[in-house]
Amino acid sequence: MLDAGRTEETLLEVNNIEVIYNHVILVLKGVSLSVPKGGITALLGGNGAGKTTTLKAISNLLKSERGEVTKGSIRYRGERVQDLLPSDLVKMGVIQVMEGRHCFEHLTVEENLLTGAYTRGASKGEIDADLNMVYEYFPRLKERRKSQAGYTSGGEQQMVAIGRALMSRPETILLDEPSMGLAPQLVEQIFNIVKTLNEEEGYTFLLAEQNTNVALRFAHYGYILESGRVVMDGPAADLRENPDVKEFYLGMSDEGRKSFRDVRSYRRRKRWLS
Amino acid sequence: MPEQFIWGLEVLLNGLMAGVLYALVALGFVLIYKASGIFNFAQGVMALFAALTLVGIMDGQVPFAHLINSIFGTEIHHFGWHVPAFLAILLTMVVMVALAWAVNKFVFKHLVNQEPIILFMATIGLAYFLEGFGDIMWGSDIKKLDVGLPQGINGVIDEATYQILGYGFFIDNLDLFATAIAAALVFTLIVFAQYTKQGRAMRAVADDHQAALSVGISLNFIWVMVWSLAGFVALVAGIMWGTKSGVQFSLSLIALKALPVLMLGGFTSIPGAIVGGLLIGMGEKLFEFAIGSAIGGATENWFAYVLALLFLVFRPQGLFGEKIIERV
Repeated sequence: MLDAGRTEETLLEVNNIEVIYNHVILVLKGVSLSVPKGGITALLGGNGAGKTTTLKAISNLLKSERGEVTKGSIRYRGERVQDLLPSDLVKMGVIQVMEGRHCFEHLTVEENLLTGAYTRGASKGEIDADLNMVYEYFPRLKERRKSQAGYTSGGEQQMVAIGRALMSRPETILLDEPSMGLAPQLVEQIFNIVKTLNEEEGYTFLLAEQNTNVALRFAHYGYILESGRVVMDGPAADLRENPDVKEFYLGMSDEGRKSFRDVRSYRRRKRWLS
Repeated sequence: MPEQFIWGLEVLLNGLMAGVLYALVALGFVLIYKASGIFNFAQGVMALFAALTLVGIMDGQVPFAHLINSIFGTEIHHFGWHVPAFLAILLTMVVMVALAWAVNKFVFKHLVNQEPIILFMATIGLAYFLEGFGDIMWGSDIKKLDVGLPQGINGVIDEATYQILGYGFFIDNLDLFATAIAAALVFTLIVFAQYTKQGRAMRAVADDHQAALSVGISLNFIWVMVWSLAGFVALVAGIMWGTKSGVQFSLSLIALKALPVLMLGGFTSIPGAIVGGLLIGMGEKLFEFAIGSAIGGATENWFAYVLALLFLVFRPQGLFGEKIIERV
């Protein structure tokens, strides 16, 4: 079992939430999950399953996109957080690294990192120490500290985005699709850093990822979303062995390859059952 | 023709001074555009409103006097006191910050994540609202603004140029003063944007609203701050223009002159606004002086726009505009 880093304490509790965009589009139809302290929890599923929406509902970035949590509750350390501002959540220790990096293109790498410390009233000394800590995890960023973030590579931008989040001294990091658009080698590197941060510094991660294979290798626990619902959950090791997950998400099957048409009809029937 | 040349030089200098005032208005545009992606059509009217408010406070006018009088049949116009210029400027600044807050609260907060064209239309609405509001609040008559800025010919320059060139240049003290103020303002703004925490947050918001939200920067706070800064720049511009040519509604039309300035300098560059302003001010005066009389004069009305048109064709991002970063 990969349960090593997990403790019993639950940090984040999402209870049966429903999210509606623009007052009409129902995106999440009752998602529940819990994130234990010190663990890496993965949120899996295909395009449009609702992974990003779930993360944004937690970090409260939904409101600026005209989305709204209409039912259910989100609690962090037992406290109801769904009416707070994103900046309040950052102060509480929950920060989101958005899908597609979202670096500040015209700011330098170092300035990008410094914006992460915006909500902290820390002294210059403390912030410099944290900068060095980030540079230790991402030596590449130190070399490029004076370049404009817009001119750095995709992998470097992902590092900037994660480093920027670290600068807020978070407890929980909501990491959205870190593998997006990166070469497999870089994906491996990024996930290894996530693992190190989790094991050595004790950061808690909630990770949304399409790349089920990588995510299940590094995570402790997984939830699988489909069309705005959690259809399956369990320890990552169990999910990896589950025949359905193998077939639908990992592309492996005991019966050899299937024609795409068969898979589709099988999937549909199965989805209603689960 | 040494005489022609010397006159030309004087025209050039005067053009530069006029350009400073264009640059001041353009600066307000750039600030808001950079931080929120909103092209604020109301910047010129904000300068007018600031100047109106300043005069009103200094003269102790009763705000909304006409409205109050026509409703209640009273005849009040003045409180009967005079506020010293410095205090009045401070009070006006308070009004401009309140305006920034209200604009954000009642208009732009509700338009987050909307298309730029929608935000632009909102600022046009704001411009007309503010023009009418200023009118109701302070009356529509032309007012004289005197906050004690030096005015009239600068004796030293007149004397010095007479000694050297045998012809005394006419340079207005007010223009010199405006130049110094503008330089100080730009310097402060650049230091603020580059080296302070809030300045960095402002640039971050300009780059990516969502990402700024995600690291805990409050968009509302930054926007109120930026609109207040723009209000401050508008106040400075309003004082300069108002002192020069009286506080009247044509003041808001200088906003239109700021458009070609921005096309020249680039919409996203603070130095660009300054250089653009100077080039336009200088260019239109020189053009009028050298060629204007040959083609019937009044070229100052259109010269700036033709120049901007040329720039749009050959260098659309302007002289200093940010290159659009596109990774392939």
